[in-house]
Amino acid sequence: MKNKVIDDFDTAVAGIEDGASIMVGGFGPPGLPQNLTAALLRQNAKDLTIITNRADQLWAHSHSGMLVEQGRVKKICCAFAAAMHPSKAAEFDRLHEAGAFEVELMPQGTLVERMRAAASGLGGVYTPAGVGTEIADGKEEKVINGRTYILELPLSADYAFIRATTADTFGNLQYHLSQRNFGPIMAMAARTTLVEIEGDIVATGDIDPNQVHTPGIFVDGVIKIPPAPQGLWTTPAERRAAR
Amino acid sequence: MTEDQKPRLDRQTMCNRLAMAFEDDWVVNLGVGMPTLCANYPLDDRGVIFQSENGLIGLGAHAAVGEEDPNLVDAGTQYVTLNPGAAIVQHVDSYTIIRGGYVDVTVLGAYEVAENGDFANWKTAGRKGGGIGGAMDLAAGAKNVWIAMVHTTRDGQPRLRKRCVLPLTAAGVVSRVMSDLGLFDVTPEGLVLREIAPGFTPDEVRAMTEAELQIDPALCEVRQA
Repeated sequence: MKNKVIDDFDTAVAGIEDGASIMVGGFGPPGLPQNLTAALLRQNAKDLTIITNRADQLWAHSHSGMLVEQGRVKKICCAFAAAMHPSKAAEFDRLHEAGAFEVELMPQGTLVERMRAAASGLGGVYTPAGVGTEIADGKEEKVINGRTYILELPLSADYAFIRATTADTFGNLQYHLSQRNFGPIMAMAARTTLVEIEGDIVATGDIDPNQVHTPGIFVDGVIKIPPAPQGLWTTPAERRAAR
Repeated sequence: MTEDQKPRLDRQTMCNRLAMAFEDDWVVNLGVGMPTLCANYPLDDRGVIFQSENGLIGLGAHAAVGEEDPNLVDAGTQYVTLNPGAAIVQHVDSYTIIRGGYVDVTVLGAYEVAENGDFANWKTAGRKGGGIGGAMDLAAGAKNVWIAMVHTTRDGQPRLRKRCVLPLTAAGVVSRVMSDLGLFDVTPEGLVLREIAPGFTPDEVRAMTEAELQIDPALCEVRQA
């Protein structure tokens, strides 16, 4: 079977071109592919579309938000596009207010269902989330069995960056606890999926098929994260210290 | 002392009052911020299961300092623990739980709630960005949508309104509001004050409420146990 191990992060992202769309996994620190986003920052691609849960969180926990500051992001698709409280507004919020980049804000469940539609070859999904709100503006509404839904269209990407705990050389993945979050659906929705691995990259066949969370057919590259400080890790102690 | 200065209910007391109404074996989703205090109420052996948008079913207490697992946070990105019988799902499946009708109640914060059950909690006035998160899905899919919020804004404006002014999170879904002045139910007949904070009169609450307010004939003080 194909060996998908890539030796370093700069090599993994070297082929990403101007105008690429990139899904960035993670919910809080778990699953956040900090090493891939840091490598993207070192690379020169611009006019990027970033698809992620919490755009301003990228600012806090990785280098991806700095792409915004460098003017390399054209659009962000996300479920959170502002600090939770105005007092915590960051540079991201100020650039957003200034119109430096476009934001497509959507409910978190809509974000993942649009990915699922793209991943599964569907033309979209009808969801009740957002009905009666400004999220529904300009979208087709349909009454099905007496309930109103809005049509949401598929959301795919050129790349997905995700983080997992264990991989085999073919790219079968296991996640640890809440690290799983967006990993499985982003791996399925993107054309090229790159995964940074916290633990071991084992020989193909060494992961029990019953225990594979993301099958390797959805994965294109796996990269082992080196120990800190060369590799990026967010520890609870560091987060405590930052508060 | 005017009603603006009298002590109101504290946040834990507010959340205790909502949590004591959780029914046995309910699946509960708590919004970020004040609603998470509902988890501090002693639910004992009633089988209540806490679910979190990022794929946790059966989350337990916050993790002790030094014992956190770097890969285990709740929807507010706080380090947590799991209870026996917990399960982890991916994000799509988490929203199957949420929109699919498996959540019995979500307790959310809000900026405004209207007397018809509309509420607004994702965007404040004059800001371009906002944070929807899971709120619109929860509002669409949970069997009960309850709100925990302080009764008035920092400058004394009412948050319980005839109609919301801020952009809606969902229309007509809120059935219960716990504020620091009392417990309110949204009914087909309108907003009803069921229980009132100690030391306040219905007229004082009404004066700080824009919504048309009805008073339950069986009005009592907010239950605290």
